[in-house]
Amino acid sequence: MYRYDDFDRQLVLERTEQFREQVKRRLSGDITEDQFRPLRLMNGVYLQLHAYMLRVAVPYGTLRADQLRQLGYIARRYDKGYGHFTTRQNIQYNWPKLAEIPDALLDLAKVEMHAIQTSGNCIRNTTTDQYAGAAADEIEDPRPYCELIRQWSTFHPEFTYLPRKFKIAVTGSPNDRAAVKVHDIGLRMHQNDAGEVGFEVIVGGGLGRTPFVGKTVRDFIGKNDLFSYLEAILRVYNRFGRRDNKYKARIKILVHEIGVEEMQRLVEEEWAQIKDGSLRVDDAEIVHYIEQFAPPAFETLSDDDAEFERRKAENREFSNWVRSNVIAHKQPGYAIANVSLKPIGGIPGDATDTQMELVADLSEQYSFGDVRVTHEQNLVLPHVKKADLFSLWAELKNANLATANLGYVTDIISCPGLDYCALATARSIPLSQRISERFSDLDRQHDIGELKIKISGCINACGHHHVGHIGILGLDKRGKEFYQITLGGDASENAEIGKIAGAGFSEAEVVDAIESLVTKYLGIRETGERFIDTYRRVGMDPFKEVLYGDR
Amino acid sequence: MSLQVVTANRLDDGLVVFLTADGGWSENIDQSRIADGKEAGDALLAEASVPELDTVIVGPYLIEVEQQDGGLIPTKYREVLRTKGPSVRQDLGYQAE
Repeated sequence: MYRYDDFDRQLVLERTEQFREQVKRRLSGDITEDQFRPLRLMNGVYLQLHAYMLRVAVPYGTLRADQLRQLGYIARRYDKGYGHFTTRQNIQYNWPKLAEIPDALLDLAKVEMHAIQTSGNCIRNTTTDQYAGAAADEIEDPRPYCELIRQWSTFHPEFTYLPRKFKIAVTGSPNDRAAVKVHDIGLRMHQNDAGEVGFEVIVGGGLGRTPFVGKTVRDFIGKNDLFSYLEAILRVYNRFGRRDNKYKARIKILVHEIGVEEMQRLVEEEWAQIKDGSLRVDDAEIVHYIEQFAPPAFETLSDDDAEFERRKAENREFSNWVRSNVIAHKQPGYAIANVSLKPIGGIPGDATDTQMELVADLSEQYSFGDVRVTHEQNLVLPHVKKADLFSLWAELKNANLATANLGYVTDIISCPGLDYCALATARSIPLSQRISERFSDLDRQHDIGELKIKISGCINACGHHHVGHIGILGLDKRGKEFYQITLGGDASENAEIGKIAGAGFSEAEVVDAIESLVTKYLGIRETGERFIDTYRRVGMDPFKEVLYGDR
Repeated sequence: MSLQVVTANRLDDGLVVFLTADGGWSENIDQSRIADGKEAGDALLAEASVPELDTVIVGPYLIEVEQQDGGLIPTKYREVLRTKGPSVRQDLGYQAE
């Protein structure tokens, strides 16, 4: 995994000290809140409903054991013993005191972490496939390129005051687990006709109040040219993106307003000016970064482990966990183990200090000290020997971390909603808890199969409701929470924005409404169809009918 | 007429506070000074917005409240949550005390 060099270390430490001085000046009254707000936001510090919130970046969702352990320590020392993993592969703390945040940032810096560019109108944390470097279906590990993007975008002087925030996602696999088509820039790794590996460049995707699936501006850009090409896109956006209206300032609006052909023309024109400049990365440098993410020292194993098979046959609970939470690894004899942060009735994405410390320990014991955060708010131990899965599972189970529900109806994405967030219009967590409880029966979950429910507590769509197979948006209707249902959304390589089913439901009605949709699906599905497949085949009408009847 | 109080977040720890009768800030909404009607509300907010308070609180604003059982309850659910804490973690926030 990537280790900071002296330059990275100095940069983060200097920034931490700079922020310490800014906090001191704010507390003593030397600067006003208006002056301080942009400074704290650039360091990931928000003021939420109940208290400050600190958002810490987990670059491309990859954590070392010592880093996750430190996140647990910070939860205990500076917060109330827990953290919340987000759809941006980051972690948020909900109760830090302003005066103590500089110390928390220093403790983060000790393990090569920070909160820089986790807010503000800059290039945010680059996200990627949580199975990077492990997935059987991967073309190449995308993280070396993510790390290069991190270095290029951190404190980039030209892109500190963009029209609006900017999010880049990368997938190294044709099966997109990073939702790249709904990001400002999505990069999809693939091979061109000459057999070279490079990236399709997708621009202008996004969720929020105006959701769009991104459009391809270039089918293929080689690795050496990727960074100058990204720079060209950002320059076009920085110059032409709208600054007159916050709600029209994202690059998706620019692409929508001028059209993808014009966007393409502008980017290519800009790129022609800079492509042979200093941002061209040569092969030797790329190799240097690939080496930083070299695979761990896998043992040469048979892919069949008799002990593992025996345990599965003997223990139904374990085999259920394997069925949903364990994914094929590219290395024979190894597997990817997903750690669900969605216990039945729990708060999606929340983990306690001791859970974080335990997963850190288990990653050292079983997964080369490597942990991932997923945009679906779970954790992953990416490199576990099949022979170790049973022991791992048993330890996770003791800590309530072995819920066997990955990809099922209870594996719900939920933003913090009105329980924490100052922008929210309705609560989302309690709804996710009630849906989780309603569908808690595991046999029923197996019968339903893959079903992605995503809940946002406001139109900003942090809970990705637009790309949920079933999406739920919480709104405020004359002081009461009510919930709008969208159907047919998809965050994968077949990305689609869901369609609004009709009028919203009250808090009391909405769980029944979701259940009626699921019941309808079970009644009309054809063999092998997931909810989304059935929806695509039959369309909105049959589902609308169960929701509204003749209404 | 609508009853209003001023709320804000405290600068140093970010916690929710309310403007009290003696011009201080309390974590307990029941200790708020109440303004009745628009003019009184505007005057209360003006008092809470003076530059000297910039080192004490952040973002003061008026909320509507109702008197119930001798206490004050905000009319909006968002503000009710601020007086208590997250509904999904009853062990946290003022409700836990």
